[in-house]
Amino acid sequence: MLCQECGKRPATLHFTKIVNGEKTEFHFCESCAREKGEMIPGTSGGFSIHSLLSGLMDIDMAGKGAASSAKAAQSLRCEECGMTYSQFSKIGRFGCSSCYKYFGSRLDPLFKRVHGSTVHVGKLPKRGGSKIQAKRKIDGLKLELQQRIHEEEFEEAAKLRDQIRTLEKELSEQ
Amino acid sequence: MPNLRFTEKALSDWMRGQADASEIVISSRVRVARNLQHLPFPLLATRQQSEEVLKRLTGIPSDHLQSFGTFYTVELDHIDPLDKRVLVEKHLISPNLANESQHGAVILSEDESVSIMINEEDHLRIQCLYPGFQIRQAWEKASSIDDKFEEYIDYAFDDKHGYLTSCPTNVGTGLRASVMMHLPALVMTQQINRILSAVSQVGLTVRGIYGEGSEAIGNLFQISNQITLGQTENEIIDNLHSVVLQIIEHEKNARTRLMNDSRLRITDRIKRSYGILSYAEVMDSKEAGQRLSDVRLGVDLGILEGPSIPVMNELNVMTQPGFLQKTYGHDMNTEERDIYRAKLIRETLGKR
Repeated sequence: MLCQECGKRPATLHFTKIVNGEKTEFHFCESCAREKGEMIPGTSGGFSIHSLLSGLMDIDMAGKGAASSAKAAQSLRCEECGMTYSQFSKIGRFGCSSCYKYFGSRLDPLFKRVHGSTVHVGKLPKRGGSKIQAKRKIDGLKLELQQRIHEEEFEEAAKLRDQIRTLEKELSEQ
Repeated sequence: MPNLRFTEKALSDWMRGQADASEIVISSRVRVARNLQHLPFPLLATRQQSEEVLKRLTGIPSDHLQSFGTFYTVELDHIDPLDKRVLVEKHLISPNLANESQHGAVILSEDESVSIMINEEDHLRIQCLYPGFQIRQAWEKASSIDDKFEEYIDYAFDDKHGYLTSCPTNVGTGLRASVMMHLPALVMTQQINRILSAVSQVGLTVRGIYGEGSEAIGNLFQISNQITLGQTENEIIDNLHSVVLQIIEHEKNARTRLMNDSRLRITDRIKRSYGILSYAEVMDSKEAGQRLSDVRLGVDLGILEGPSIPVMNELNVMTQPGFLQKTYGHDMNTEERDIYRAKLIRETLGKR
């Protein structure tokens, strides 16, 4: 939707104004809203985060260009709860935790857009989290190893390599 | 009914605590979203599955959470709509839990600083509230309560995406940290829009006081993180913390400037609002929000001697529609509410 004021930029602010019981809807781009002093944060009038998300997913589809790939995605289905990708893109919410698995890498562009990232780096559950913790440690050591090699500190690098090997062995035995 | 205790008083005990920067930052809140393995999210859960979630989460031995206080479980199906509304007005439950949940429940601590919602958008939402600017403390407490639940519950978690949530905007840490701020001087000097749009460019978002889609009433703004994936919890908290510190600085500067440039006009405005609140016979919620904001500013600036900040916080909740009806014990239409709201404010201000 384009801004109703300038008609050039996309409208990013949507709100409803009620004056003496009379409702008026507004759709402005940010700069016009600022000019009009109409930007009221948090005011939305039926404009929910979920509809915003499904809009984002449409963009991803359009960006892919190929209609066939979009079609393939729409037919993806979570075997656990039965939610299809097209349902998900309409309501913007997952049906169960397995949806993440069944929709797979389809979701990456969406996560990238919403969070700027696709990988969790925060807290881990205490139980069942130890494996991931070990993996994270190995990843960190590998990074350090690269750096040591780059700086030609081979003695340190050899130590790191051995440490990584031990950890990887431990992990595979678990 | 034991659960009614939570809807009788407007001001939660936790709000009475003293804290840093509490004249600008009213409260700090952290919410952590978690789900149980192998059960569909509440959106798709059958009644039976929701019941199982409720059973499992409330089945945790009661002494297990004892170090965080005494807890009471309130099932939403067992309380009347007015009590639900009051719980929402006190920020103890979300509107979603009150209106749309199936087998929804909340486990509340006695001082109301911890609210654990069951069968909201996610199976489990742990919320911790603190007075003033104490967002780190809120996160630490929520995280240790999370650990306690994890000892008994298998969470839906995967290596790549972290804690799995119903809405893609919560995945990863499941963490939403938010700070409620009173920013009248930034609004009066028309700097607020500039600051708010800057805030949205660093992964934060601004909402009205009752969350998603609500209006900013009485110059109260909720600043919270938008990003939950790809940052650690500490990064999220630190980011919010440093931005809030800057906003506090801006608000303080704006207040100083207002007092230097237009002391008479500000003083006049504050005292007018105080006068109107003290004598008006009809008061709608929007006007009440604005005038209470003026009076709060007047107290902060030393223009008015009272009421105290806890009384102001109390009034903010007491003048909400649900609480008004609870106080006077009957259903009211909008006009009646406006009359009773005015009466309640008059009496509260007159007392002190």
